[in-house]
Amino acid sequence: MKDYGTAVATAETVEVTTSSDVVNARQVVRTLAQRGGLPLVHQTKLVTAASELGRNMLIYGGGGVVRAALVADSGRSGVYVEFRDQGPGIPDIETAMQDGWTSGSGLGLGLSGAKRLVDEFDIATGEGGTTVRIVKWGR
Amino acid sequence: MTDRVPVLKIGEILLVSIQFDLEDQTVLDLQEDLSNRIVATGAKGVVIDISALEIVDSFVGRMLATNASISRILGAETIVVGMRPAVAMTLVELGLSLNGVRTAMNLERGLKLLRRLAAGRA
Repeated sequence: MKDYGTAVATAETVEVTTSSDVVNARQVVRTLAQRGGLPLVHQTKLVTAASELGRNMLIYGGGGVVRAALVADSGRSGVYVEFRDQGPGIPDIETAMQDGWTSGSGLGLGLSGAKRLVDEFDIATGEGGTTVRIVKWGR
Repeated sequence: MTDRVPVLKIGEILLVSIQFDLEDQTVLDLQEDLSNRIVATGAKGVVIDISALEIVDSFVGRMLATNASISRILGAETIVVGMRPAVAMTLVELGLSLNGVRTAMNLERGLKLLRRLAAGRA
């Protein structure tokens, strides 16, 4: 995945420590997607992915920070969203990415489902926490 | 301190119209409220209107499926109405098929379907 570090400098930030913060993060992502001119279906997929990843971060990572920004690449615009927590990390990332696998009470669709809904998906996890980065492009 | 989604009774039907973006606790509260109201009122049908919902993620999707199962055990059929096309496309791609959940395009068709199901059972 490309480095979107410059975009993050101007990103909107939402601290997620409760489930109502996940709702706020969703709304920030939706507003950006609308501003970036993403088609409705793309907006819906992106916001749904953000909801899954935000919840994961809250439940498994003990909360964290969501950063979202508009990005552009070769004439198209998109939305970049980063979910960064300082939780225990995911021990077996390959298993965690599989459909139906869950360590908690969920459906096991959070990571794998979110990945399907976006165009770019990157996850880095270790003892210092987990960072998931996604991009959804417009048309 | 979260908002609760109202459950309205009309005859033998309970109507739930979700009008705001739901946080997880609100979803769990609704599940409990609805089960309690079905038993308290002896309702035969439940209509859940999600036309105002901009997204349905796996948590809300699971609530809809679980509600349908709980209601059925308690003797009431559930119809989910008004799902936006973009939401349906997203749900399928997410991997949620909502098996066992009856749906209808809108409230009117949902009520018609409930009447037909009730007639079939009688």
